[in-house]
Amino acid sequence: MMKIKTPKKGRVKRELDKRAPKLVETGKKTLILQGTKTSGTLNSVLSEIYHLKKGGAVRFTRKNDNIRPFESGGETSLEFFSLKTDCSIFVYGSHSKKRPNNLVIGRMYDHHVYDLVEVGVENFKSIESFTYDKKIAPRVGSKPFIAFVGEGFENVDELKHLKEVLLDLLRGKVVENINLAGLDRAYVCTAISSNKVYLTHCALRLKKSGTVVPRMELVEVGPSMDLVVRRHRLPNEGLRKEAMKTAKDQPKKKVKNVSSDAIQGTIGKIYIPDQKVGEMALPNKAKGVKRERREAKNKDANEHASKKQKEESE
Amino acid sequence: MEMETEFTQKPFQVDMGNLLAFNPFHNFPSLPTSRDELVKECIQEGTKLVQAIADSVFNLPSTEDADGPLVKLPTPTTKLPREKHLPKPKPPTKWEEFAKKKGITKRKKDKVLWDEQTGTWKRRFGYDRVNDDKDIPIIEAKMTDEPGVDPFAKRQDDKKKRVEKQEKNRLQNLKQAAKIGALPSHVQLAATALPITGTQAPPKKVTKDELGNVAGMAATSTASGGKFDRKLPGEKPAKKQGKHRKFLPVVEGSGIGSREKEQTENVLNKLISKHSHEILNVDKAVTMYNVKKEKKARNKRNREGKLSSARNKLKPKKQLHKKNGKKGPGSSKKGKAK
Repeated sequence: MMKIKTPKKGRVKRELDKRAPKLVETGKKTLILQGTKTSGTLNSVLSEIYHLKKGGAVRFTRKNDNIRPFESGGETSLEFFSLKTDCSIFVYGSHSKKRPNNLVIGRMYDHHVYDLVEVGVENFKSIESFTYDKKIAPRVGSKPFIAFVGEGFENVDELKHLKEVLLDLLRGKVVENINLAGLDRAYVCTAISSNKVYLTHCALRLKKSGTVVPRMELVEVGPSMDLVVRRHRLPNEGLRKEAMKTAKDQPKKKVKNVSSDAIQGTIGKIYIPDQKVGEMALPNKAKGVKRERREAKNKDANEHASKKQKEESE
Repeated sequence: MEMETEFTQKPFQVDMGNLLAFNPFHNFPSLPTSRDELVKECIQEGTKLVQAIADSVFNLPSTEDADGPLVKLPTPTTKLPREKHLPKPKPPTKWEEFAKKKGITKRKKDKVLWDEQTGTWKRRFGYDRVNDDKDIPIIEAKMTDEPGVDPFAKRQDDKKKRVEKQEKNRLQNLKQAAKIGALPSHVQLAATALPITGTQAPPKKVTKDELGNVAGMAATSTASGGKFDRKLPGEKPAKKQGKHRKFLPVVEGSGIGSREKEQTENVLNKLISKHSHEILNVDKAVTMYNVKKEKKARNKRNREGKLSSARNKLKPKKQLHKKNGKKGPGSSKKGKAK
């Protein structure tokens, strides 16, 4: 015995459609949460990552004892949260003696864990510790430039994986058109050694140069930290092949009431219903109405005055 | 998009769609001693890369907008895994398959139709529609009609059946789509009951009282009679089973203390009484006799109406009890078991 459940409200239906799988995907939402114990630095790291990704991130502030990403049974809670908040990347922070200031960055495919990278945070400098001219501060939600420097990202397996995950995390929304005036931030990741990466967030200052292209100047504004790769788990081959599948480009849907002409260019058709001039409501401030009202008032006043005179005479 | 930059021996990998640049040829021959120098060198390298991306991006054809120049970025070249599976196309429904086989094409329907009865344009469905069931004043009788069948009610029943059939078909189509994983995103199929397999009967829903009884039985079966069991928050104390036994105080006195004395007095009086009217409760006996008589009369009337053989079998048994007359509560109980 089955029952068909459909949403009764349009708002609910729109939300469900937003979460449905799409052919071409826009950015992934991030889930930021913490484990049993966190340190001060880790707390600030998590909150600053949340600020950097303000538009597309969800932050959980309670501790979660039962989440152990690298163990086989410890991912169920993560998958449940991912399903409920519709987030496909998560950043899980925890602190222990063996792994101090630990961050696990992971991705999900169909709300199941796809791959994981575990990094330790060292030499963390928060946003407050940087002094800079407030005018060049990057705005929330702007698309960043991302730069990776170092041969380690090509040669070392773990750093290659970290590069892919960091790109996914820092990318933001995937857009077709961007406004060149709104480019104001850049992330720079350099591979210092075979397992250490220096990540920093800078604001862009565009300087006049002779050509159309302005000269770029990077000013460090945001958090900067050293990431030490500890563990990582790559996805298994079958899952990876399925996740990398893309849909073949479909022909663009025909837009209605728009046609193009060689001479006139793009022409659009607008349909307007017939105006019923006799049935339209007049605006309140019509001159005629005011005058009528004024005359009516004067007439009343005159009547009153005449009545009073009559009474007095009587 | 691969692009050569000013350094011909060291090309950067630039992906414009993601605003990404990668320099795979840089390495630190020796780590700078101080942190500041390291930071400075990283920023320098970063600046070079960002400049390279900006070079290509700013040279794209741009359109003027209110806020600034708009540029159409090319598709990103670095492939990243999807977050959800590719959406599967909906399978054709049973009607769609049939229509394809027969060559039936869809026809465009008008929103309003001409209504002959009122002489106006009415909508095809919804409030105040064209061929509404409730607008029919007269239905002519046909030879095939059965007498005693309301044709208006019959029309409504037919419509209900059609709607039910359609709902069933829709459910089947959705189940088929769910089987291959192509259920539309806003639809959910919920199971209302467990599937019945074999000779099982559908499980009956347990009522609150039944559950309470079972819980009470389980509690009393413990060693301490359920008195010290840990209760859940909000659970009411167990109801007492059986008759409430009231034990009177042993000590003599006034009020409740003299109850026991009264009880024993009553019993003694009944046993040692001289006159029968002190034992027999006349009012109670009369009411019992009247009730029994009424019941007998009622049964006789019913029997005459139904003429059932089963009752004839019980008849002689009934005559026996009549002889006993008014004996007490026992005899009336036997009479009831006809």
